[in-house]
Amino acid sequence: MNHTDQHDTLVLGAPSLHQVSEDISHITERKTPRWWYIAITLSGSMMLVLIGMIGWLFYKGIGIWGNNTPVGWAFDITNFVFWVGIGHAGTLISAVLYLLRQRWRTSINRFAEAMTLFAVICAGIWPTIHTGRPWYDYWLLPYPNQMGMWPQFRSPLNWDVFAVGTYFTVSLLFWYTGLIPDLATLRDRAKGRIRQIVLGIFALGWRGSQKQWKHWELAYLILAGIATPLVLSVHSVVSTDFATSIIPGWHSTIFPPYFVAGAIFSGFAMVLTLIIPARKIFGMEKYITLNHFDKMAKVILLTGMMVSFAYLIEIFIAWYSGNPYERFTFLNRAAGPYTWGFWIMITCNVVVPQTLWFRKLRRSIPYLFVISLLVNVGMWFERFNIIVTSLHRDFLPSSWGMFRPTIFDLGMLAGSFGLFLTLFLIFLRFLPMISISEVKKLAFEEQEHERNAHPRATPEIGRSS
Amino acid sequence: MSDSTRKVQGVLAEFSGPKELTEAAHKLREAGYSRFELHSPFPISGLAHAAGEKRSYVSFVAGVAAFLGISAGLTMQVWMNGVDYPLVVSGKPFVSIQAFVPIIFALGVLLAAFASVLSLLVFMRWRYHFPTFSSNNFPRFSDDAFFAYIEAQDPKFDAQSSREFLERAGGQRVEVLVGP
Repeated sequence: MNHTDQHDTLVLGAPSLHQVSEDISHITERKTPRWWYIAITLSGSMMLVLIGMIGWLFYKGIGIWGNNTPVGWAFDITNFVFWVGIGHAGTLISAVLYLLRQRWRTSINRFAEAMTLFAVICAGIWPTIHTGRPWYDYWLLPYPNQMGMWPQFRSPLNWDVFAVGTYFTVSLLFWYTGLIPDLATLRDRAKGRIRQIVLGIFALGWRGSQKQWKHWELAYLILAGIATPLVLSVHSVVSTDFATSIIPGWHSTIFPPYFVAGAIFSGFAMVLTLIIPARKIFGMEKYITLNHFDKMAKVILLTGMMVSFAYLIEIFIAWYSGNPYERFTFLNRAAGPYTWGFWIMITCNVVVPQTLWFRKLRRSIPYLFVISLLVNVGMWFERFNIIVTSLHRDFLPSSWGMFRPTIFDLGMLAGSFGLFLTLFLIFLRFLPMISISEVKKLAFEEQEHERNAHPRATPEIGRSS
Repeated sequence: MSDSTRKVQGVLAEFSGPKELTEAAHKLREAGYSRFELHSPFPISGLAHAAGEKRSYVSFVAGVAAFLGISAGLTMQVWMNGVDYPLVVSGKPFVSIQAFVPIIFALGVLLAAFASVLSLLVFMRWRYHFPTFSSNNFPRFSDDAFFAYIEAQDPKFDAQSSREFLERAGGQRVEVLVGP
């Protein structure tokens, strides 16, 4: 095997088909390791903080947050945009890279799709509870009612209901469709009766025949095809919540592409944050290789530069437009009371990713882990900057104000991470974190390619002895 | 209960790899078989074609559903905001097609996604009981084994000759599956 072959290999060590099933299914079948209980206790406690605080919010009202007039949106909407953005990397990996035939997505797509689902769940909490009277949230839906009223569809806030709802549903269907053949693998390996029945129900009687694969492949392709525009549309719609208003710093046509690039940027960072420990703990080095990290780091570098470019253009237009309010907003972001937020954002999103030009750093796992955390922080502050610093000083100095987070703002933000990690730990424990059937296909094709290049060097995969 | 009182469901044979299974598919078709299934742990490119499968209709159903979703989205918004409950907001026109696009799009995508998954479930013949599951060897299809199965409903089917045919085609551990 020469150097270039080694470089392109995505599944290391040429595992047999049985080995692939074994390596991935094993995690869900063995006894629950002790660290898992410890981890879920910690994340579950954080989740309970969130649930408790939501209960208190329902009782007291959203006054328990630091939100005020003029800062009517603060941590709530910051967290919403942050979590929705995280989800986008999952859809990009599972759908866009599938259509572009990027084979390296195969080992990480299941993982990233799960991340999307859980991130959208975390995102959905905020607009739901920030309405003030959340028990009337169903008013957002067009249902016939005795008031004779309908939702106002010309409002971006109503577009969000449909965009995010569709996004969650499509992501869930896509994820489940991909899971069906793998659930069958788990079903056929299952020893216990209950496990067999439960997996049997969810595997839908999958028997992997050419007729089934034919429909499955096409359905998967179509879901990828319709999820692809969602990568662009969902965060574009979220950005219109801001862009269609007249607040300086919000009223900007650059917002949709700017938000989408930021979403993919932060999402890839979150994939790295999660996959680095998971790969180590579950010994998935064979399937998630340095080549995968190298490629993810390149996506972070690219989208990081798109985000930086958007920052530059915003600042340029603030000056070039000649609009004094717009100009003031940007000066206020960089040098006003929230200047620390602005410079954390610039450091984490503009400066730090530039180090990924170096191949050595792109292939250094500890370095990537640190980068991924910094990008997550930077992207959270980006949304904080957009939302809070634009609102707190708009047109008239007489209506200026300040936002200070309360313990409930901070606790609920931490709690949403608890919810996210809890859902993720449950996923890692009970479902295959890597797509078994897709990795088998990839491993088979790579090994066949190798066999054709060097006949007799490697035994044929799938041959039963 | 002896085998003679139970109905023969079909013949199952194991093949050693994707290439062998594809060759078996060609042979099955040449021999005139029409009702057979070829089971594999992962999708094999070219296998469905070799087995004489037609193109899947999932895309057609999804396309129709997308069209319905788009029409429903447009009609709903025009009627609700333009006809049944016109509301003046910032002087915007009641029927504003530009502002209706995001929801039209979302509903088109949503219905297409549901349609492709539901049509997958229907077309793949979703059922929990299939004769091959009665074989003890068969569960390996989802691990590392490749199978060809000829159904008894095939007009060319004959337990003895189909069994021999699969053996000649390179099948191993050939079993005649019987069921109630």
